[in-house]
Amino acid sequence: MSDPRPGHQLAQLNIALLKAPLSDPSMEGFTSQLEPINRMAEKSPGFVWRLIDDEGENATDLRPFGEEYLVNCSVWEDLESLWDFTYRTDHLELLRGRRQWFDRMDGPHLALWWIPSGTIPSVEEAGRRLDLVREHGPSPEAFTLRTHFPPPSTP
Amino acid sequence: MDDSSIDAAGTLADPLRRRLYDFVVESGGEVGRAEAARALGIQRTLAAHHLDRLAEAGLLETAHRRLNGREGPGAGRPAKLYRRADRELSVHLPPRDYGLAARVLAEAVERHGAEEALHAAAREEGRRIARGSAAESLEGLLRERGYEPEEVPGAEPAAGCLRLRNCPFHTLARDFPPLACGLNLELVRGMLEAAGEDGGRARLDPAAGRCCVVISKNKKD
Repeated sequence: MSDPRPGHQLAQLNIALLKAPLSDPSMEGFTSQLEPINRMAEKSPGFVWRLIDDEGENATDLRPFGEEYLVNCSVWEDLESLWDFTYRTDHLELLRGRRQWFDRMDGPHLALWWIPSGTIPSVEEAGRRLDLVREHGPSPEAFTLRTHFPPPSTP
Repeated sequence: MDDSSIDAAGTLADPLRRRLYDFVVESGGEVGRAEAARALGIQRTLAAHHLDRLAEAGLLETAHRRLNGREGPGAGRPAKLYRRADRELSVHLPPRDYGLAARVLAEAVERHGAEEALHAAAREEGRRIARGSAAESLEGLLRERGYEPEEVPGAEPAAGCLRLRNCPFHTLARDFPPLACGLNLELVRGMLEAAGEDGGRARLDPAAGRCCVVISKNKKD
């Protein structure tokens, strides 16, 4: 981040409600895909950053929203790059099968928001944005992939 | 539905125009006037007239490009090229809005976490479609349902696979990708199964500009 670009980048948080602990054999289909999908995300056009724990591999040990919730937090250059990674790569197969490993949640489980380029969101901020989507629906402050808003105009 | 959809559908009522439209669509890319005229065995001016009518109706998009790659003075006039428009036409008389119903139903499936029920229903529907069809091949069956199957050329990694050029659920797939693509995958798997084939031959291989479902080569071939 030594050379921050002017303008904005897209921050993303989604949480997933585990059906069983990750060590459970029923979760094998998910855990076996985790590393390759993370690697692919990092190589995807427009990828900027993703939240990882102190071990430096992934964020599965981080449970800021409760023991049963996995978090996935990342930053992308723009909406298109996040959309293309989410829906136009093997990540789609993971999404298709998500009900095998994750329970349905009441209300939104994903929030997007614009951040100044070169900055990184905190987990607390991410949680606040998800609360915004849950309480008020999509807005320029916190939105979704289906209902999105343009970045604020640069001063 | 709007009036322009009706006009566009009417433009296709002319059999020659319909054949020209089909020729452009099947080419999978851009087609010039001379090429289209040759393919249909008609005069170039006649082909040009009908191609322009299809473009006016929004069914084809046009571009001007030099085919010989030359630039600058003396390179000649650029050729007018035609390709299928991205625009989606849906004509129902009297008006019906199944797209709206599909979006609401998709939202409900997501909210309820009912994806597995959707997949099972789609698979059964795929089997039903295949049993009710008189198509003699898998490709014929897929064409009947609005897919545009094509074999992946030899040089590519997925060579010999059947790729689907058109997504029949394009609009829904843009708003609900995992749902629409999952539904589509299970439909195709059901069709394969009813034809006595392994449903697992169909898998997701997402890419921009085409259907996400790919059907691997039949092992018996």
